Amino acid sequence: MKFDLQKWINEGRLKSPWVVHFNCGSCNGCDIEILDCLTPVHDVERFGIINVGNPKQADVLLVSGTVNHRNKTALKNIYDQMQHPKAVIAIGSCGLSGGIFYDAYNVVGGVDKVIPVDVYVPGCPPKPEQIIDAVLVALGKLKASLEKSDEAPGQETAPAAGEQPAA
Amino acid sequence: MIVKLFFGIVGLAVAPFLGGLIAGLDRKITARMQSRFGPPVLQPFYDVFKLLGKTPSAVNAWLVLCSYLALMGSALAVFLFFYQADLLLIFFVMTISAVFQVMGALSVNSPFSQVGAQRELLQMLAYEPLIIIVFIGIALKTGSFSIEVIYAQQAPLLYSMPLLFLTLGVALTIKLRKSPFDISASHHGHQEIVRGVLTEYTGPQLAMLEVAHWLDVVLILGLCSLFWATSLLGMIVLLLVTYFLEILVDNISARLTWQWMLERALASGIILSVVNLLWLYALK
Ligand code: SF4
Repeated sequence: MKFDLQKWINEGRLKSPWVVHFNCGSCNGCDIEILDCLTPVHDVERFGIINVGNPKQADVLLVSGTVNHRNKTALKNIYDQMQHPKAVIAIGSCGLSGGIFYDAYNVVGGVDKVIPVDVYVPGCPPKPEQIIDAVLVALGKLKASLEKSDEAPGQETAPAAGEQPAA
Repeated sequence: MIVKLFFGIVGLAVAPFLGGLIAGLDRKITARMQSRFGPPVLQPFYDVFKLLGKTPSAVNAWLVLCSYLALMGSALAVFLFFYQADLLLIFFVMTISAVFQVMGALSVNSPFSQVGAQRELLQMLAYEPLIIIVFIGIALKTGSFSIEVIYAQQAPLLYSMPLLFLTLGVALTIKLRKSPFDISASHHGHQEIVRGVLTEYTGPQLAMLEVAHWLDVVLILGLCSLFWATSLLGMIVLLLVTYFLEILVDNISARLTWQWMLERALASGIILSVVNLLWLYALK
């Protein structure tokens, strides 16, 4: 019975990724593309994706924009509030590396300087299709880590997030 | 007695599945009305199982306790309904669930949760009088508050109290968290003051409240079924039409303020039901 429940939970984890979106100083180009995914044309709800407002209820964190010294604590705080299993997706050139702002005096760099990132979505801004695909790739990663933890029981079922580089 | 107990237990066992399925169909039909493809019908179950598997992280013990008590209140109300108990008893037990949900939300400092809880209280202020008036109307007509007696009626109650059914429909819209009355919390992908009264419930606690909501939906649809107790087919058609109209209203109306809700829901509900009650009285 217990085993069955775990199977259902894993199934649910793959089919109901709720996303929370954090704008880390983006120019709003990426944010508009993220919101574009919610429109009837792209309809992310068919994958069970819902945009929620509370990081504690979310499974996937979408970050757009460059991380700077002011908002890196906020980003870390939001990431820490999310519960396992969770995934992080960095969106746009800014989220990947700092983009065109990379050498500005206030810029820390990409999202992965502060929190571990699972999927990177390049583009300035990326297409909505790419963003939806990124969520599905993150789910694929999650699935692989779930299968690995099934083989080696006793392990935490959290997704194997990327190594955290030294800030 | 034993048969009633059996009905109660079977009803309670089936209700969560029924409620989840209704929620899934609701989301699918809503999506189709907005010309979207929509999630799978089983989506609400995936959501709940996923939430059960999240690491628990309630802010305080009250939230956990309140989510358990809210679920138990809803489950008990559904059990009593299928047990064919007294309508008034069901009404009081039904309130327990909503009250504990509010108490949990009030126990944290988050302003979103606080505002959501206050709004939930206002919603209760709007729908509880309406439901009790409907029960009084039913008792006037059938001479009893017992569901067993009401199900044994010869003619459908809808013929003699159509306006009271409309009143119940208004209460149903509020209880289902549907527009224009979805002010305390929102469903589907909508957001209102983050998640309103549900904001601070996370992981397993949120899953429990979700199941409690399914049970509430089954209970309210059960109350609607009292209006066509003579044939199973008629009852099913009535429930399908009612629920479809709820989804339609949800999709064609905007979310409005709590003042509007209190005025319109209470005023229209009370006028409709008083007219219906006078009519019943005159016919007697
Ligand atoms: S990647 Fe381009 S569109 Fe996105 S935030 Fe940066 S500058 Fe704006």
